[in-house]
Amino acid sequence: MHEMGIANSVLEAVRTEMRRHPGTYPCKVGVRIGEMAAIDQDALRFCFEAMILETDLAALELAVEVCPRRHRCQACAHEFVVRDYDSRCPQCDSLASTCISGDELELAYLEVEEYEPSTAGTKSTQ
Amino acid sequence: MNRVPLEQKVLSENDRIAAELRARFQEHGVLCLNLISSPGSGKTSLLERTLETLPRHDRVAVLTGDIQTENDANRLKRFHFPVKQITTGGTCHLDARMIERHLADWKLEDLDLLLIENVGNLVCPSSYDLGEAAKVVVLSVTEGEDKPLKYPSIFFKSDLLVLSKIDLLPYVPFDIDIAAENARRVHPGMEIVKVSCLMGNGLHEWMMWLAERRQAHNRLAQQTAS
Repeated sequence: MHEMGIANSVLEAVRTEMRRHPGTYPCKVGVRIGEMAAIDQDALRFCFEAMILETDLAALELAVEVCPRRHRCQACAHEFVVRDYDSRCPQCDSLASTCISGDELELAYLEVEEYEPSTAGTKSTQ
Repeated sequence: MNRVPLEQKVLSENDRIAAELRARFQEHGVLCLNLISSPGSGKTSLLERTLETLPRHDRVAVLTGDIQTENDANRLKRFHFPVKQITTGGTCHLDARMIERHLADWKLEDLDLLLIENVGNLVCPSSYDLGEAAKVVVLSVTEGEDKPLKYPSIFFKSDLLVLSKIDLLPYVPFDIDIAAENARRVHPGMEIVKVSCLMGNGLHEWMMWLAERRQAHNRLAQQTAS
Protein backbone atom coordinates (compact mmCIF):
# COMPACT_ATOMS: atom_id res chain seq x y z
CA MET A 1 0.00 0.00 0.00
CA HIS A 2 2.51 2.60 -1.16
CA GLU A 3 -0.05 4.42 -3.29
CA MET A 4 -0.34 7.09 -0.59
CA GLY A 5 3.34 7.94 -1.11
CA ILE A 6 2.87 7.89 -4.87
CA ALA A 7 -0.17 10.21 -4.61
CA ASN A 8 1.83 12.53 -2.38
CA SER A 9 4.69 12.66 -4.89
CA VAL A 10 2.23 13.48 -7.68
CA LEU A 11 0.74 16.33 -5.62
CA GLU A 12 4.19 17.67 -4.69
CA ALA A 13 5.11 17.73 -8.38
CA VAL A 14 1.85 19.56 -9.16
CA ARG A 15 2.57 22.19 -6.51
CA THR A 16 6.14 22.64 -7.75
CA GLU A 17 4.96 23.02 -11.33
CA MET A 18 2.20 25.48 -10.33
CA ARG A 19 4.79 27.95 -9.05
CA ARG A 20 5.79 28.40 -12.68
CA HIS A 21 2.26 29.28 -13.78
CA PRO A 22 1.05 32.23 -11.75
CA GLY A 23 -2.54 33.31 -12.31
CA THR A 24 -3.70 29.80 -13.09
CA TYR A 25 -5.05 26.84 -11.17
CA PRO A 26 -4.52 23.12 -11.95
CA CYS A 27 -7.52 21.13 -13.19
CA LYS A 28 -6.09 17.82 -14.33
CA VAL A 29 -2.85 15.90 -13.83
CA GLY A 30 -1.97 13.05 -16.16
CA VAL A 31 0.17 10.11 -15.06
CA ARG A 32 1.45 7.11 -16.98
CA ILE A 33 1.56 3.80 -15.14
CA GLY A 34 3.04 0.67 -16.62
CA GLU A 35 1.25 -2.59 -15.97
CA MET A 36 4.49 -3.91 -14.44
CA ALA A 37 4.87 -0.92 -12.11
CA ALA A 38 3.03 -2.59 -9.20
CA ILE A 39 0.64 0.31 -8.73
CA ASP A 40 -3.00 -0.34 -8.03
CA GLN A 41 -4.97 2.27 -9.95
CA ASP A 42 -8.00 2.22 -7.66
CA ALA A 43 -5.84 2.53 -4.55
CA LEU A 44 -3.95 5.41 -6.12
CA ARG A 45 -7.18 7.21 -7.00
CA PHE A 46 -8.54 6.62 -3.50
CA CYS A 47 -5.38 8.03 -1.88
CA PHE A 48 -5.24 10.95 -4.30
CA GLU A 49 -8.82 11.93 -3.59
CA ALA A 50 -8.33 11.58 0.16
CA MET A 51 -5.29 13.83 0.04
CA ILE A 52 -6.86 16.65 -1.97
CA LEU A 53 -10.11 16.68 -0.02
CA GLU A 54 -10.82 20.14 1.41
CA THR A 55 -7.54 21.55 0.13
CA ASP A 56 -6.90 24.14 -2.57
CA LEU A 57 -6.45 21.21 -4.99
CA ALA A 58 -9.86 19.67 -4.23
CA ALA A 59 -11.04 20.04 -7.84
CA LEU A 60 -7.92 18.46 -9.34
CA GLU A 61 -8.66 15.49 -11.55
CA LEU A 62 -6.32 12.51 -11.88
CA ALA A 63 -6.03 10.96 -15.33
CA VAL A 64 -4.26 7.61 -15.50
CA GLU A 65 -2.92 6.12 -18.70
CA VAL A 66 -2.03 2.46 -18.30
CA CYS A 67 0.96 1.44 -20.42
CA PRO A 68 1.17 -2.18 -21.55
CA ARG A 69 4.37 -4.19 -21.39
CA ARG A 70 6.11 -3.90 -24.74
CA HIS A 71 9.06 -5.90 -25.97
CA ARG A 72 11.44 -5.58 -28.92
CA CYS A 73 12.48 -8.83 -30.55
CA GLN A 74 16.25 -9.32 -30.49
CA ALA A 75 16.13 -11.32 -33.73
CA CYS A 76 13.89 -9.27 -36.02
CA ALA A 77 13.48 -5.97 -34.07
CA HIS A 78 9.69 -6.28 -34.19
CA GLU A 79 7.98 -4.44 -31.32
CA PHE A 80 4.97 -6.06 -29.71
CA VAL A 81 2.72 -5.98 -26.67
CA VAL A 82 3.26 -8.85 -24.22
CA ARG A 83 -0.08 -10.35 -23.19
CA ASP A 84 -0.47 -12.99 -20.52
CA TYR A 85 3.34 -13.07 -20.04
CA ASP A 86 3.82 -14.51 -23.51
CA SER A 87 7.01 -12.83 -24.70
CA ARG A 88 7.39 -14.88 -27.89
CA CYS A 89 7.77 -12.64 -30.94
CA PRO A 90 4.54 -12.86 -32.95
CA GLN A 91 6.48 -12.18 -36.14
CA CYS A 92 9.42 -14.60 -36.02
CA ASP A 93 8.64 -16.80 -33.00
CA SER A 94 11.92 -15.91 -31.24
CA LEU A 95 11.90 -16.04 -27.44
CA ALA A 96 14.73 -13.54 -27.06
CA SER A 97 13.31 -10.06 -26.60
CA THR A 98 14.02 -6.96 -24.57
CA CYS A 99 11.47 -5.10 -22.52
CA ILE A 100 11.11 -1.52 -23.76
CA SER A 101 8.16 -0.28 -21.70
CA GLY A 102 5.56 -1.27 -19.15
CA ASP A 103 7.41 -0.15 -16.03
CA GLU A 104 6.40 3.52 -16.20
CA LEU A 105 5.52 5.59 -13.17
CA GLU A 106 5.63 9.01 -14.76
CA LEU A 107 3.97 12.37 -14.70
CA ALA A 108 2.80 13.11 -18.21
CA TYR A 109 1.11 16.51 -18.14
CA LEU A 110 -0.70 19.10 -16.09
CA GLU A 111 -3.71 21.03 -17.33
CA VAL A 112 -4.01 24.52 -15.94
CA GLU A 113 -6.79 27.06 -16.30
CA GLU A 114 -6.47 30.82 -16.00
CA TYR A 115 -8.42 32.45 -13.23
CA GLU A 116 -11.32 34.60 -14.38
CA PRO A 117 -10.20 38.16 -13.62
CA SER A 118 -13.29 38.74 -11.40
CA THR A 119 -12.72 35.60 -9.31
CA ALA A 120 -8.94 35.68 -9.14
CA GLY A 121 -8.92 37.04 -5.61
CA THR A 122 -11.42 34.59 -4.17
CA LYS A 123 -9.96 31.42 -5.72
CA SER A 124 -6.43 32.05 -4.54
CA THR A 125 -7.54 32.42 -0.96
CA GLN A 126 -9.53 29.16 -0.87
CA MET B 1 -7.15 25.60 -20.64
CA ASN B 2 -3.46 24.98 -21.16
CA ARG B 3 -1.74 21.57 -21.07
CA VAL B 4 1.81 21.62 -19.73
CA PRO B 5 3.96 18.55 -20.45
CA LEU B 6 5.69 17.30 -17.29
CA GLU B 7 7.67 14.26 -18.49
CA GLN B 8 9.23 13.32 -15.21
CA LYS B 9 9.22 10.28 -12.98
CA VAL B 10 6.72 10.32 -10.14
CA LEU B 11 9.43 9.14 -7.75
CA SER B 12 12.08 11.43 -9.21
CA GLU B 13 13.34 12.45 -5.76
CA ASN B 14 13.81 8.82 -4.71
CA ASP B 15 15.42 8.04 -8.07
CA ARG B 16 17.81 10.98 -7.69
CA ILE B 17 19.03 9.77 -4.28
CA ALA B 18 19.23 6.18 -5.56
CA ALA B 19 21.37 7.32 -8.48
CA GLU B 20 23.71 9.12 -6.07
CA LEU B 21 23.96 5.99 -3.91
CA ARG B 22 24.63 3.84 -6.98
CA ALA B 23 27.44 6.19 -8.03
CA ARG B 24 28.95 6.03 -4.53
CA PHE B 25 28.72 2.21 -4.47
CA GLN B 26 30.36 2.13 -7.87
CA GLU B 27 33.13 4.51 -6.80
CA HIS B 28 33.98 2.40 -3.75
CA GLY B 29 33.49 -0.96 -5.46
CA VAL B 30 30.60 -1.97 -3.20
CA LEU B 31 28.16 -4.55 -4.55
CA CYS B 32 24.73 -3.69 -3.16
CA LEU B 33 21.91 -6.26 -3.27
CA ASN B 34 18.28 -5.62 -2.35
CA LEU B 35 16.53 -8.72 -0.94
CA ILE B 36 12.75 -8.72 -1.29
CA SER B 37 10.05 -11.24 -0.36
CA SER B 38 6.72 -11.66 1.43
CA PRO B 39 6.96 -11.56 5.23
CA GLY B 40 8.28 -14.87 6.53
CA SER B 41 9.79 -16.25 3.31
CA GLY B 42 13.22 -16.52 4.89
CA LYS B 43 15.23 -13.41 4.00
CA THR B 44 16.73 -13.15 7.47
CA SER B 45 17.49 -16.89 7.59
CA LEU B 46 19.23 -16.64 4.22
CA LEU B 47 21.28 -13.73 5.52
CA GLU B 48 22.14 -15.65 8.70
CA ARG B 49 23.44 -18.56 6.67
CA THR B 50 25.29 -16.19 4.36
CA LEU B 51 27.04 -14.30 7.16
CA GLU B 52 27.83 -17.57 8.90
CA THR B 53 29.55 -18.85 5.74
CA LEU B 54 31.51 -15.73 4.80
CA PRO B 55 35.03 -15.36 6.23
CA ARG B 56 35.22 -13.22 9.36
CA HIS B 57 37.45 -10.63 7.70
CA ASP B 58 35.09 -10.18 4.75
CA ARG B 59 34.06 -6.59 4.13
CA VAL B 60 30.30 -7.10 4.39
CA ALA B 61 27.53 -5.08 6.00
CA VAL B 62 23.77 -5.52 6.31
CA LEU B 63 20.89 -3.09 6.50
CA THR B 64 17.68 -4.77 7.54
CA GLY B 65 14.26 -3.16 7.26
CA ASP B 66 11.11 -3.79 9.24
CA ILE B 67 8.10 -1.78 10.28
CA GLN B 68 8.90 -2.33 13.96
CA THR B 69 11.44 -4.07 16.26
CA GLU B 70 15.20 -4.59 16.21
CA ASN B 71 14.71 -8.37 16.10
CA ASP B 72 16.33 -9.00 12.72
CA ALA B 73 19.37 -6.86 13.47
CA ASN B 74 19.80 -8.72 16.75
CA ARG B 75 19.66 -12.04 14.92
CA LEU B 76 22.26 -10.88 12.41
CA LYS B 77 24.63 -9.06 14.76
CA ARG B 78 25.98 -12.26 16.28
CA PHE B 79 28.07 -12.84 13.14
CA HIS B 80 30.21 -9.78 13.94
CA PHE B 81 29.63 -7.95 10.69
CA PRO B 82 28.25 -4.41 10.81
CA VAL B 83 24.44 -4.62 10.90
CA LYS B 84 21.93 -1.85 11.23
CA GLN B 85 18.16 -2.07 11.62
CA ILE B 86 15.96 0.34 9.72
CA THR B 87 12.56 0.60 11.39
CA THR B 88 10.20 2.34 9.03
CA GLY B 89 7.50 2.96 11.64
CA GLY B 90 4.68 1.92 9.31
CA THR B 91 6.05 2.37 5.83
CA CYS B 92 5.76 -0.86 3.86
CA HIS B 93 9.04 -0.53 1.93
CA LEU B 94 12.50 0.97 2.18
CA ASP B 95 13.30 4.04 0.13
CA ALA B 96 16.60 5.50 -1.00
CA ARG B 97 16.63 8.22 1.63
CA MET B 98 16.43 5.64 4.44
CA ILE B 99 19.45 3.86 2.96
CA GLU B 100 21.38 7.11 2.62
CA ARG B 101 20.62 8.05 6.23
CA HIS B 102 21.58 4.67 7.67
CA LEU B 103 24.80 4.52 5.71
CA ALA B 104 25.93 7.88 7.06
CA ASP B 105 28.31 6.55 9.74
CA TRP B 106 29.73 3.65 7.73
CA LYS B 107 32.71 4.17 5.47
CA LEU B 108 31.92 2.73 2.05
CA GLU B 109 35.64 2.30 1.37
CA ASP B 110 35.64 -0.34 4.13
CA LEU B 111 32.96 -2.40 2.37
CA ASP B 112 32.78 -4.72 -0.62
CA LEU B 113 29.27 -6.05 -0.16
CA LEU B 114 26.15 -4.39 1.21
CA LEU B 115 23.12 -6.61 1.71
CA ILE B 116 19.81 -4.83 2.17
CA GLU B 117 16.89 -6.81 3.56
CA ASN B 118 13.75 -4.97 2.52
CA VAL B 119 10.49 -4.88 4.48
CA GLY B 120 8.52 -8.09 3.88
CA ASN B 121 6.28 -7.15 0.97
CA LEU B 122 6.17 -8.32 -2.64
CA VAL B 123 4.55 -5.19 -4.04
CA CYS B 124 5.75 -1.79 -2.86
CA PRO B 125 9.52 -2.40 -2.62
CA SER B 126 9.57 -3.03 -6.36
CA SER B 127 8.81 0.65 -7.04
CA TYR B 128 11.65 2.06 -4.92
CA ASP B 129 15.15 1.99 -6.31
CA LEU B 130 17.70 1.82 -3.47
CA GLY B 131 20.76 2.21 -5.68
CA GLU B 132 21.31 -1.55 -5.65
CA ALA B 133 23.18 -3.44 -8.36
CA ALA B 134 20.50 -6.14 -8.32
CA LYS B 135 17.31 -7.18 -6.63
CA VAL B 136 16.96 -10.71 -5.32
CA VAL B 137 13.48 -12.09 -4.70
CA VAL B 138 12.90 -14.89 -2.18
CA LEU B 139 9.85 -17.16 -2.52
CA SER B 140 9.22 -19.96 -0.05
CA VAL B 141 7.57 -23.24 -0.94
CA THR B 142 4.81 -22.63 1.60
CA GLU B 143 3.53 -19.85 -0.64
CA GLY B 144 1.80 -20.54 -3.97
CA GLU B 145 3.70 -21.45 -7.11
CA ASP B 146 1.63 -18.79 -8.90
CA LYS B 147 3.18 -15.93 -6.87
CA PRO B 148 5.30 -14.78 -9.85
CA LEU B 149 2.12 -14.40 -11.93
CA LYS B 150 0.24 -12.63 -9.14
CA TYR B 151 3.07 -10.24 -8.27
CA PRO B 152 4.88 -9.97 -11.60
CA SER B 153 6.64 -6.68 -11.02
CA ILE B 154 9.15 -7.87 -8.45
CA PHE B 155 9.91 -11.10 -10.32
CA PHE B 156 10.33 -9.08 -13.48
CA LYS B 157 12.78 -6.70 -11.84
CA SER B 158 14.83 -9.20 -9.82
CA ASP B 159 17.95 -10.85 -11.23
CA LEU B 160 17.72 -13.92 -9.03
CA LEU B 161 14.89 -15.99 -7.56
CA VAL B 162 15.74 -17.86 -4.36
CA LEU B 163 13.20 -20.63 -3.79
CA SER B 164 13.46 -21.19 -0.05
CA LYS B 165 12.41 -23.78 2.53
CA ILE B 166 12.78 -26.64 0.04
CA ASP B 167 13.12 -29.06 2.97
CA LEU B 168 9.33 -28.64 3.32
CA LEU B 169 8.59 -29.83 -0.23
CA PRO B 170 7.49 -33.32 0.85
CA TYR B 171 4.83 -31.78 3.09
CA VAL B 172 3.33 -29.07 0.89
CA PRO B 173 1.50 -29.17 -2.43
CA PHE B 174 4.04 -26.90 -4.11
CA ASP B 175 5.31 -27.80 -7.56
CA ILE B 176 8.77 -26.28 -7.73
CA ASP B 177 9.03 -26.75 -11.51
CA ILE B 178 5.78 -24.85 -12.06
CA ALA B 179 7.02 -22.08 -9.76
CA ALA B 180 10.24 -21.83 -11.79
CA GLU B 181 8.30 -21.91 -15.04
CA ASN B 182 5.99 -19.12 -13.81
CA ALA B 183 8.97 -17.00 -12.77
CA ARG B 184 10.51 -17.45 -16.21
CA ARG B 185 7.23 -16.61 -17.94
CA VAL B 186 7.35 -13.23 -16.20
CA HIS B 187 11.12 -12.90 -16.52
CA PRO B 188 12.55 -15.03 -19.33
CA GLY B 189 15.98 -16.40 -18.43
CA MET B 190 15.64 -15.57 -14.72
CA GLU B 191 18.33 -17.22 -12.59
CA ILE B 192 16.97 -19.51 -9.88
CA VAL B 193 18.53 -21.19 -6.85
CA LYS B 194 16.70 -23.59 -4.54
CA VAL B 195 17.73 -23.52 -0.91
CA SER B 196 16.92 -24.84 2.52
CA CYS B 197 18.43 -22.62 5.19
CA LEU B 198 17.50 -25.23 7.78
CA MET B 199 19.18 -28.21 6.11
CA GLY B 200 21.77 -26.34 4.07
CA ASN B 201 20.72 -27.63 0.63
CA GLY B 202 21.42 -25.24 -2.20
CA LEU B 203 23.32 -22.76 -0.06
CA HIS B 204 26.45 -23.54 -2.03
CA GLU B 205 24.68 -22.45 -5.25
CA TRP B 206 23.53 -19.23 -3.57
CA MET B 207 27.04 -18.49 -2.28
CA MET B 208 28.45 -19.23 -5.75
CA TRP B 209 25.96 -16.80 -7.31
CA LEU B 210 26.97 -14.20 -4.75
CA ALA B 211 30.69 -14.79 -5.34
CA GLU B 212 30.27 -14.56 -9.11
CA ARG B 213 28.32 -11.34 -8.76
CA ARG B 214 31.03 -9.89 -6.54
CA GLN B 215 33.76 -10.86 -9.00
CA ALA B 216 31.85 -9.39 -11.93
CA HIS B 217 31.24 -6.22 -9.95
CA ASN B 218 34.92 -5.94 -9.05
CA ARG B 219 35.95 -6.35 -12.67
CA LEU B 220 33.50 -3.66 -13.69
CA ALA B 221 34.72 -1.29 -10.94
CA GLN B 222 38.35 -1.83 -11.98
CA GLN B 223 37.54 -1.21 -15.64
CA THR B 224 35.71 1.99 -14.76
CA ALA B 225 38.59 3.14 -12.56
CA SER B 226 41.30 2.50 -15.16
